Amino acid sequence: MENPYLPYPVRIDNIEIATEDKSLKTFKFVFINPEDEKKFSYHAGQFAELSIPGIGEIPIGIASSPVEKGFVKFTVFRTGVVTSHLHNMKVGDIMGIRGPLGNWYPWDKLENKNVVIIGGGFAFTTLRSSIIYMLDPANRKKFKNIDVVYGARSPGMLLYREELYEWEKRDDINMHITVDGTNDTSWKYHKGFVPQIVEQNAPKADENTYAIICGPPIMIKFTQPALVALGYKEHQIIMSLENRMKCGIGMCGRCNIGKELVCKDGPVFTLEQLNKTPKEY
Amino acid sequence: MKFITIDKKNWAKGIEKSRETYRLFGPVKDKNGFFIRDLEKDMLPDMTCNDSVMSVKSVLFPQTEKILFASLNEAKEDHHIMKRVPFDPKQRAVVGIKPYDAKAVELVKMNFDTDDYRDPYWCDAYEATTFVGVGINKPGPFDFSTSTGTGPFSETGLDVLMADLDDAYLAKILTDKGDAFMKSCGFDKVADEKESLALFDILRKEAEKNISSHIDSSKLKDKTVLELHEAPFWDDIAFSCINCGTCTFVCPTCWCFDIQDEAKQKYASRFRNWDTCMSPLFTKHATGHNPRDSKTQRVRQRFMHKLKYFIDKYDQGIMCVGCGRCVKSCPVNIDIREVCKIMNSYVKSN
Repeated sequence: MENPYLPYPVRIDNIEIATEDKSLKTFKFVFINPEDEKKFSYHAGQFAELSIPGIGEIPIGIASSPVEKGFVKFTVFRTGVVTSHLHNMKVGDIMGIRGPLGNWYPWDKLENKNVVIIGGGFAFTTLRSSIIYMLDPANRKKFKNIDVVYGARSPGMLLYREELYEWEKRDDINMHITVDGTNDTSWKYHKGFVPQIVEQNAPKADENTYAIICGPPIMIKFTQPALVALGYKEHQIIMSLENRMKCGIGMCGRCNIGKELVCKDGPVFTLEQLNKTPKEY
Repeated sequence: MKFITIDKKNWAKGIEKSRETYRLFGPVKDKNGFFIRDLEKDMLPDMTCNDSVMSVKSVLFPQTEKILFASLNEAKEDHHIMKRVPFDPKQRAVVGIKPYDAKAVELVKMNFDTDDYRDPYWCDAYEATTFVGVGINKPGPFDFSTSTGTGPFSETGLDVLMADLDDAYLAKILTDKGDAFMKSCGFDKVADEKESLALFDILRKEAEKNISSHIDSSKLKDKTVLELHEAPFWDDIAFSCINCGTCTFVCPTCWCFDIQDEAKQKYASRFRNWDTCMSPLFTKHATGHNPRDSKTQRVRQRFMHKLKYFIDKYDQGIMCVGCGRCVKSCPVNIDIREVCKIMNSYVKSN
């Protein structure tokens, strides 16, 4: 068995500024050893440790999709020592990636179901991965209706804007893009907070409809009642959690919620599961 | 079952001889008490040790361990590519380990050796190590190991269990590893099996009689996590705690760790260090949000992990071996035996 602490070496292939305030950048990595790409075989919803020798590691959701080959992508918010360092790195620099880590959205269970994706702010990375995965021609027929509610503070703070607007034009996905507010008179999508847009636009739940939520705690807190009002039951609400992590493999002991470790047993849990554990996230 | 008698006059010579094959660890006394140390040349395990301040966990899981390194010199072909620090394959033996500490190693193994991942640092060290235990003839007042699935003469996790018979040791060989260690010492005087078994039995019963402290954890399994987590007693338990983390460092079953990087000139190292759930930083998010922000939450985490989450996760009893170190070392007298009693007897009132 391989050393789970040893990162795969990667080269930064591209860096894009993701939001207008430049606090988020999207990094595209290419594996230095091509065989490592195969070993890094992942599902939408998983995360990885981005590993910078001499600086440290950070757990980040994988923003690229399993159907995209030849690279992996991560969108990173600049906030601490490692992320600040990463934001100052340049194309061609060598670093490491450890993973894929954690569980993923329950794709088997979601087959033949309606899927509602709800995201806020920069917690849209694994949701982007999921949408690309579901819209792939080989996969689209596995799912029924797909609805996406995604909101950010302003149009310039939406991640993956080009893709969002492309998806908006398609007829096999219902996009509900929203911003908290904007002075842009040409803005043709929703205005308002995510929970409100969910209440007004998300489909009512039947037993074949599941919601996946990823966002800041405040958005999750107010979206839950909106979903309950639409008839979603605890097991139909799927959430991805974040906690401080180090090892990412269930050993270092800090990310637990009760006996569950967010890094290994999660980060994806249903509300039904979460309601049985201490709310230590 | 094979038993060997070791005349104490031959002890030092035999242990010295084993160094040809083994790197030795054992209890050494300094001004603060007994500690488990890497035994340098001419150092012998101090077999008078009745209980050590720190457990043997550091032999497999050093307080600070360099796990990876990389060159940052861009002129080198493999710059910024991390590599494992080479493992010293020399066999190791811990001599004079207490039975409860050997049981703790078995509990910690469940964390580091799983179906999904194998921690190579811990597991390689574990596989290279022979555990030569010695029974505790006179357990101290903090020892409640008979309530935790071990005891002063328990064999769990040991390769050899020795009994101290004043002028000799009687060694019960439990595994091939143990047999190999005894052979490397040149200890080969076989003792009568029946007599030895009887003697061990007497010593064990005598020692167990000396244990005056017991806990009952039998009802914890059937309580729900939330029932205990939301119980009203945690503020009282945590009231005097100063979050110093001593309990977690002296505990033989506490395994939580941190990973930190260091760079000196063109050389990067990645270390893992013991960490403690008593520290607010342990769980603090980069955003400043902290899921266990208050000390009550942190104290609750420690006891819930040991006395509830571990039971639920592995169904192998509690994550405590009854060594009593945390009770003895706590500066404010928080006592896991008391906490266990409160949790075990708690019934939610409606």
